[in-house]
Amino acid sequence: MDVTFLLNGETVTINAAPTVSVLDWLREEQMLMGTKEGCNEGDCGACTVMVTDENGTRTLNACILFLPQLDGKSLRTVEGISGPKGELHPVQKAMVDLHGSQCGFCTPGFVVSMATAHLNGYTDFDDQLAGNLCRCTGYAPIIRAAQAARDAPVPNWLNDAHHLAKNTPGELQKAAGAAPPISLDELAQWYGNNPDAILIAGATDIGLWVTKQLRDLPKVAFLNRCPELSTITETEEALHFGAMVTMTDVLNAVRHDYPSYGEMIRRYGSVQVRNAATIGGNIANGSPIGDNPPALIALGSTLHLRHKDQTRTLAIEDFFQDYQKQDRKPGELVTGITLPKGENALRVYKVSKRFDQDISAVCGAFNISLESDKIASARIAFGGMAGIPKRARAAEAALVGKAWNEATIKNATAAIADDFSPLSDMRASAQYRMTTAQNMLRRYFAEMNGQTTSVLGVQA
Amino acid sequence: MSVAKPLPHDAALQHVTGTARYVDDIPTPVNTLHLAFGLSDIACGVIQSMDLDEVRAAPGVVAVLVADDLPFANDVSPSAHDEPLLATNRVHYIGQPLFLVVAQSHLAARKAARLGQIEITAETPVLTIDDALRVDSRFEDAPLVWTKGKPDQALGTAPHRLQGQIDMGGQEHFYLEGQAALALPQEGGDMLVHSSTQHPTEIQHKVADAIGKTMHAVRVEVRRMGGGFGGKESQGNALAVACAIAAHATGAPCKMRYDRDDDMMITGKRHDFRISYDVGFDDQGRILAIDFTQLARCGWAMDLSLPVADRAMLHGDNAYLLADIRITSHRLKTHTQSATAFRGFGGPQGVLGIERVMDHVAHALDLDPVVVRRINFYAPAASVDGGSAPRPLASPRSLSSKMMDNSTPYHMPVTDFVLHEMTEALLITSDYEQRRKAVKDWNATNPILKKGIAYSPVKFGISFTLSHLNQAGALVHVYQDGSIHLNHGGTEMGQGLFQKIAQVAAHRFGVDVSLVKITATDTGKVPNTSATAASSGSDLNGMAVADACDKIKQRIATCLAEVHNASPQEVQFCDGQVLVEGTSIRFAEAAMFAYQNRVSLSATGFYKTPDLSWDRTKGTGRPFFYFAQGAAVSEVVVDTLTGENRILRADILHDAGTSLNPALDIGQIEGGYVQGAGWLTTEELVWDDKGRLRTHAPATYKIPACSDRPDIFNVALWDTPNPAQTIYRSKAVGEPPFMLGISAHLALSMACGACGPRYPNLQAPATAQEVLQAIGRAHG
Repeated sequence: MDVTFLLNGETVTINAAPTVSVLDWLREEQMLMGTKEGCNEGDCGACTVMVTDENGTRTLNACILFLPQLDGKSLRTVEGISGPKGELHPVQKAMVDLHGSQCGFCTPGFVVSMATAHLNGYTDFDDQLAGNLCRCTGYAPIIRAAQAARDAPVPNWLNDAHHLAKNTPGELQKAAGAAPPISLDELAQWYGNNPDAILIAGATDIGLWVTKQLRDLPKVAFLNRCPELSTITETEEALHFGAMVTMTDVLNAVRHDYPSYGEMIRRYGSVQVRNAATIGGNIANGSPIGDNPPALIALGSTLHLRHKDQTRTLAIEDFFQDYQKQDRKPGELVTGITLPKGENALRVYKVSKRFDQDISAVCGAFNISLESDKIASARIAFGGMAGIPKRARAAEAALVGKAWNEATIKNATAAIADDFSPLSDMRASAQYRMTTAQNMLRRYFAEMNGQTTSVLGVQA
Repeated sequence: MSVAKPLPHDAALQHVTGTARYVDDIPTPVNTLHLAFGLSDIACGVIQSMDLDEVRAAPGVVAVLVADDLPFANDVSPSAHDEPLLATNRVHYIGQPLFLVVAQSHLAARKAARLGQIEITAETPVLTIDDALRVDSRFEDAPLVWTKGKPDQALGTAPHRLQGQIDMGGQEHFYLEGQAALALPQEGGDMLVHSSTQHPTEIQHKVADAIGKTMHAVRVEVRRMGGGFGGKESQGNALAVACAIAAHATGAPCKMRYDRDDDMMITGKRHDFRISYDVGFDDQGRILAIDFTQLARCGWAMDLSLPVADRAMLHGDNAYLLADIRITSHRLKTHTQSATAFRGFGGPQGVLGIERVMDHVAHALDLDPVVVRRINFYAPAASVDGGSAPRPLASPRSLSSKMMDNSTPYHMPVTDFVLHEMTEALLITSDYEQRRKAVKDWNATNPILKKGIAYSPVKFGISFTLSHLNQAGALVHVYQDGSIHLNHGGTEMGQGLFQKIAQVAAHRFGVDVSLVKITATDTGKVPNTSATAASSGSDLNGMAVADACDKIKQRIATCLAEVHNASPQEVQFCDGQVLVEGTSIRFAEAAMFAYQNRVSLSATGFYKTPDLSWDRTKGTGRPFFYFAQGAAVSEVVVDTLTGENRILRADILHDAGTSLNPALDIGQIEGGYVQGAGWLTTEELVWDDKGRLRTHAPATYKIPACSDRPDIFNVALWDTPNPAQTIYRSKAVGEPPFMLGISAHLALSMACGACGPRYPNLQAPATAQEVLQAIGRAHG
């Protein structure tokens, strides 16, 4: 399909095979060798590129980014971070001066992440760089460099928003002869007629089907041309996310009302992954270890589906029926999710080997409300404890109507063992999963009673 | 002065602009072919048949090779010739290369490599240490045993005695640049190989054997690696040999790079170890006797496992005088990836063993572990005959008859021990006493989160233990314009070796470092090199380069002295000038003058480390030129509900001698600490019961990320000259700081220990799961 975008400030139009990664295209077709392949699965950040569209500038992993996803946008690689006459970007200069590179292989990715954070004025560097792995430096000099460059002005050559304004996305897309679907209606019809197609949202999962499983995807549809799917609607009662809303935008939207959910999102994917991944994708792929569903279940969220012209809604926990089986018929797509607003006592706990950018061993979400010292309602859900994200019905039953005290918590904790029989794998043993899930309820009780419970909040 | 300046890495500018070229970035001829291996799915068994028709028919495939197609040597082993490039009749681990696909693209090769129909009669694999012990599967006929003093007798009479055991996992190197090689056929059947390797000479040797040539027909070039850490000492052989064989067969350039998952499935990792101990000690915690058993899981081929296991034994003492000791080392053979070199090379495992003992003894006696450690230290350099440290300090160890013997378990006198002074300084700068008290106070009042703080030292022996490897060569040219071409046998993998050596050369000639052109390691320029390993890069190559520079200087000086009627000794090189008899000319003019007077401005240099001699089977002698030392204090916090844990602060004081480049050395220390802490916390390798590695990508194998480094991270150099005659009295710094990460594990042990009366017996890596289990053990 024809794709048009800016590459380091220059317009390119190419006829791209749908599942060629931007990384391979840069290195094999454009001979732009600065962008590196470290893992080919979006976990190391060596291939980080800067992408600008009408919503701003962000980083993405080029290894699991397909060319059509760039349509109408501006792509900048490390070669485009320094100026036209070879002037160093402030983050590049700081990296040299403060010894931020050793072997240098991860460095281009770091430089792009740092330059993007710098452009956006972000200074939470540990988070901004969580998706860039370095094996040499121990990160300390890189952070020093990021801090040193913080207050330098953004070089004028990075003004891609300006370039884009001259080549509006619509213009670029028109020039490329945009292929359907370009609206939700069109998508729903097309997918209803082509239920064997693969829908590609952020490609953070499907990208791996291509780069790791080496699957051919003969029929795909990219959803980035359906603006209806990318909207966030907020009312007094509810917060609605279109399926294509990225996790970055979800994080920003939930940060205030559900800070614990926001913190979990911050940890579960790096900046690059959050910028690509969508909430619809995280739900629709039905993974037993997807981290959004437990939180969404605990909040009592509603899922929206559509098959051609038929729409329906269901409680999100009912979507997950069995391992790799969801309540979604062929040709039906997830269009969005609605979270109720208002008072909540949601806490989301994610346990993994590493704090940042790691898949959960167990992810637990708890939302328990009290009325005059009695538990009025309880919604508890776990990921990593069963073949699907699942409510802890027995534990909930052991709580509702009871007094909010240690004895009640103890009973409910024991009930979690009736709810789940987790598996052992490379992330954790079954026993550890069970103990941790039970202890998460203890943590919830302690946290609600004002105790310090997170090692992330402790200083030396 | 170029030496001791904190100059940036020589390629820093190229790194940050994306112009630093790695093997996969080298422009290739249009007819270049790409390779991939088909891998074994079975850990142990006999190959019955390989149906590769589908592979051959796959799009883009040019050729498919199996063992029988290899015209010459089918061997990529660095040691025992037990490692075929392609499996012959048996398979030995899941991930072993069975056949080689040659295709028109990297992707085509990868896709085709999955289409082989391989029939293997599976046998029961030997996977774990216990499996190997049960069936006596090992390298060498019997365990290696070193004994000093009378450990059994001393154990019998010691006032206290305890036993314990620690399992420590292996570690994936996770160099960001995966293994890669490119072979370009030359006229007459010669081969030029670009390889991401720490050991160009070995690549040359193995490639020559594989294409039936002598070494002079093969040239290997290495400009840089995107990280090595030991993982490119021998593990690059297979790719380079495969490329050369395919290039030899097809006449086309051939390139191979492993996809990350393949890389982790195929290549070796750090050895996992189980170390058990039986220790006798007195009321003060002084170790009176110790009996160590070290069990190393070596994987399927010998590779470098013998010297790795040796080095674990050689570091079973770490910083402590252990008069009565036995170390028994088993090198176990299993059907898993062949464990290989990794920063520290067995040293970290040996050090963790004795540090665990110190921790356990301190717990048993309810003493501050620092006290137990210090009372067991070797005597300070100043108090030892032949010792040479500048500052005398009273030894906490009394001047008993044992003081006469301040030697290691392998009988090497320790004459340069500076950890008394370093420890004293570090405990003050890190405010250890106060913070230990604060940690205890915290633990008394916080039921859920517990803290720990711990100190650990490292004393690391510097030299290859295979003594003949301690040699290096250099080639230096001075051009008639005064610019300098520098070449040596060391390879650059990020450690900053090239810049350090350039600083040495510039210093020798008294010129700015910008006049020195650093060039790719090339077996055609400097032959017969040793791997850049064992932290030896700057020690060996720095000296060799200095030797070459001095030869050229001497010739220039002689030439100028003749003209000025002076003696060559009076000619001085400094500040870009050459001074003789009161006149001063620019170095470039001196070079031109020498050239015009028909003086050779090119020289080779050579160095071999003096005074090394030891017997590895007996465990006696002097394997090391000197000891590099360091110490760290780490503070951690643990969640007792989940086992989640973090490092809050680390303070490090490290001995780099007189640093050649303090900025680069601090970089090695910071990076080494974080890598060492990663080994002992989040980095867990998991194999299933079929022998399949389940953690073969960064999605499942978790090296430290940015936020895992300590919030507070203070690193300082112990800036005193190396008493040994090294290049500008610097010390090797690549591996030793890795072991400072052990302090984080010990701090976690303290935090777990705060949860109950018993010793938590924390294993490694201390994942959240392991920490939670250790807390359970502390509860009892």
